[in-house]
Amino acid sequence: MLRLNGITKVFGGLTALEDVSFAVAEGSITGVIGPNGAGKTTLFNIVTGLYTQTTGEVYLGGKNISFLNTEELAGLGLVRTFQNVELFRKMTVLENVMVGLHTKSRSGIFSCAFKLPGQIKEEKFIREKSLEWLKFAGLADMADITAGNLPFGKGRLLEISRALAAGPKIILMDEPAAGLNSRETAELALLIRRIQASGVTVVLVEHDMDLVMDVCHAIVVLNLGKKLAEGTPRQIQENPAVISAYLGSD
Amino acid sequence: MDKFSQLFQYILSGLSNGAIYALIGFGFAVIYNATGIINFAQGEFVMLGGMLTIFFLNVLKLPLVPAIILSVIISTIAGVLFERLAIRPLKDANPLSLIIITIGASIFIRGAAMLIWGKDTHALPAFSGDNPLYIAGATILPQHLWIFGVTILIIIASRIFFNYSVAGKAMRACSYNPRAAGLVGINVKNMVMLSFALSSAIGSLAGIIIAPLTMVSYDVGVMLGLKGFCAVIIGGMSSGMGTVMGGLLLGLLESLGAGFISASYKDAIAFIILLLILFIRPEGLFGKKETERF
Amino acid sequence: MLTEKRRQILIFFVFAVIALGAPFFLKGNYLLNVFVFVGINTMLAVGLNLLLGYAGQISLGHAAFFGMGAYISGIVTTRFGVDPFLVMILSAFCAGTLAFAIGFPILKLKGHYLAMATLGFGIIMYIIFNETVDWTGGPSGLSGIPNLRIGSLVFDNDLNNYYLVWVFTLVVMLLSINLSRSRIGRALRAINDSEVAARVMGVNARILKVHIITVSAVISAVAGSLYAHIMTFIAPASFGFNFSVELLTMVVIGGLGSIYGSFLGAAILTMLPEFLRMFQNFDIIIYGLMLILMTMFMPGGLVSGIEAIAGFVAAKMKGTKDSDAQA
Repeated sequence: MLRLNGITKVFGGLTALEDVSFAVAEGSITGVIGPNGAGKTTLFNIVTGLYTQTTGEVYLGGKNISFLNTEELAGLGLVRTFQNVELFRKMTVLENVMVGLHTKSRSGIFSCAFKLPGQIKEEKFIREKSLEWLKFAGLADMADITAGNLPFGKGRLLEISRALAAGPKIILMDEPAAGLNSRETAELALLIRRIQASGVTVVLVEHDMDLVMDVCHAIVVLNLGKKLAEGTPRQIQENPAVISAYLGSD
Repeated sequence: MDKFSQLFQYILSGLSNGAIYALIGFGFAVIYNATGIINFAQGEFVMLGGMLTIFFLNVLKLPLVPAIILSVIISTIAGVLFERLAIRPLKDANPLSLIIITIGASIFIRGAAMLIWGKDTHALPAFSGDNPLYIAGATILPQHLWIFGVTILIIIASRIFFNYSVAGKAMRACSYNPRAAGLVGINVKNMVMLSFALSSAIGSLAGIIIAPLTMVSYDVGVMLGLKGFCAVIIGGMSSGMGTVMGGLLLGLLESLGAGFISASYKDAIAFIILLLILFIRPEGLFGKKETERF
Repeated sequence: MLTEKRRQILIFFVFAVIALGAPFFLKGNYLLNVFVFVGINTMLAVGLNLLLGYAGQISLGHAAFFGMGAYISGIVTTRFGVDPFLVMILSAFCAGTLAFAIGFPILKLKGHYLAMATLGFGIIMYIIFNETVDWTGGPSGLSGIPNLRIGSLVFDNDLNNYYLVWVFTLVVMLLSINLSRSRIGRALRAINDSEVAARVMGVNARILKVHIITVSAVISAVAGSLYAHIMTFIAPASFGFNFSVELLTMVVIGGLGSIYGSFLGAAILTMLPEFLRMFQNFDIIIYGLMLILMTMFMPGGLVSGIEAIAGFVAAKMKGTKDSDAQA
């Protein structure tokens, strides 16, 4: 589904990523772990087009997306959530999810301004679909609340539902468990499984080892910008290099 | 020979205007480097310098030097007040609000000037008289010498300040990394205030030395501020030679353009250059390209 | 049962009825003339609001598009005698094209840089209006601009002009309200809120911003054409930095992102000089104060203040009803 080939990223004098290659299997839940500064978020930013890699390519389902702009990726089925939850704080919960359906709709300035019949139908579709997604995420009763007023855990949930509304093939989550208590993390694990079960590939960057070992089918370990190891959770837990670099010093 | 002396005349007036743009641009850079904010009101302090000096000279009948000193002091106070009242309470506000407020404050200062001094243009007498010197067939007014002299002095003084004085080095530390600067005991808030004080002092001085050559009115600040901004953009927001070069270059291009292409579009030249630089090379001609950050 | 959608339609309907019915109560009153200009300024403020309030892009040069509309209409109708309504389309097209072309490079800039660049752009246009004397008449202005007419109906008096302007204004308001409550409106607000998240969700921020500034410029140019044909005389002084600041103030005091707010802001700033004779000297200082105070204390503008009061009153009334029911 997602393949990285020789990704290297150099910032001025700092090599953030060096020759990172791995593949994410379709329909799997893959975790990307590593100590702080290992380059995980940089990797995400490169895959999602916010940074451009110095060398290397990224393939989405066989298509080379290495140089596409961020806004082109949602339409191709790639979405992400952010470490510090990038919600549209001034918009309502429902509106946030409606923006998620941006790539599933087409009305332009003209048809929106003049309320052409196609646009009216589409708006109805957007509204209904968004409410469905809110129900899926358990946020339906908060539809009209301003997103900025949501408690943190619900905000995370909203960001994920917004991303799912785009109907992606693959979702990249950057530290989704950060700031969640253990109950919320357990609910998150459940949600991730439901997402995967619906056919969406999931890639997570995470620090919460319990979550990672619990839900992931495959794990990639980064350290100091290089890929250290790759395998099943059990293989990673037993890998001495990983243990010494990361798990051991926990 | 006439063409040559005409060219020299254009170059001369271009350089002297350019020196002023450099000083104004310098003010932008000092504040930007210390706070990350563009002081939209910078031009208004330039205007205040000239207006206040004329006021003290004509209405309070003070001699020239005390008038200048007093107006620089008052402009500096105005700059500090501006920082205190308009900038400091809003450091964490969203960027759009900050911009609107700085615009509002600069308009307020302009409006106050219009209320107090009306819409008329005023003239400041030249510092050492109007007897021109003739060099290479071109006319150099004593005021030109004042402009160059004061500009060079300010540049040297700022070099010394930023490189050799404790306060200056502290300000540079703030501009590189405010948090680290705070951790080593530098009072960042004071540094911010100092940057505004320096900026308005230099700005007002620039307004004073150019006043005898160009008239002063309540709204000269807009144009001068924008041109100073252009200078500092060309110079890559540097608090040093980059902005000086930017200002001189701008002044020259403007003067030569006005002389050889069209005089009535003189002001448009500076703004076209501004737009071109912002579009094509926003990091300036003399600045360093910033690398992407995490 | 009043859904949000029906509430919006009702509000607009009431507003339109009041706007179109007002002349019956203002017959012969000079207020009618003032409201003609309230209409024009409302159009301009709404246009700017789309860019500033929705897309979050500041423009200090919007008077330039207004001036472009006015001058193209004025020049082409006086020199070539072309039908004014056709020329209006031409000037809207020209302003839109310029905005589109300059939008790409200029909207890459952010914050103060964008503010300065739009300021520079506005001043360049002002200088052009001033200096191309052969075409524009320079500082002394352009006169003899014909009135608009439809058949035998000539728009040369306050009543006719009022309806002319307000039909346009209501249409612009309606279209803008529709836009704001649509996919595009949400996309714009998303860009304003978190551009990176918007892009990740597939919103092409760059293109959308350029489209919106084009729409904004077209609205401003149409307002400019109307202005030219109503005044029959235009001069560069009306299209400079001071007017751009006035427009900014209208949008800010009304409320960024509120179409009705733009009307409110336009109404206040158009009528203020009429009621405060001495306003002349204080106008700039008051605009500055308004911008500062509004942004600091009421960032949602007057509309948010009104909504807050209405909400407060509604809650109080509900409280009274409940206690009545209990009694």
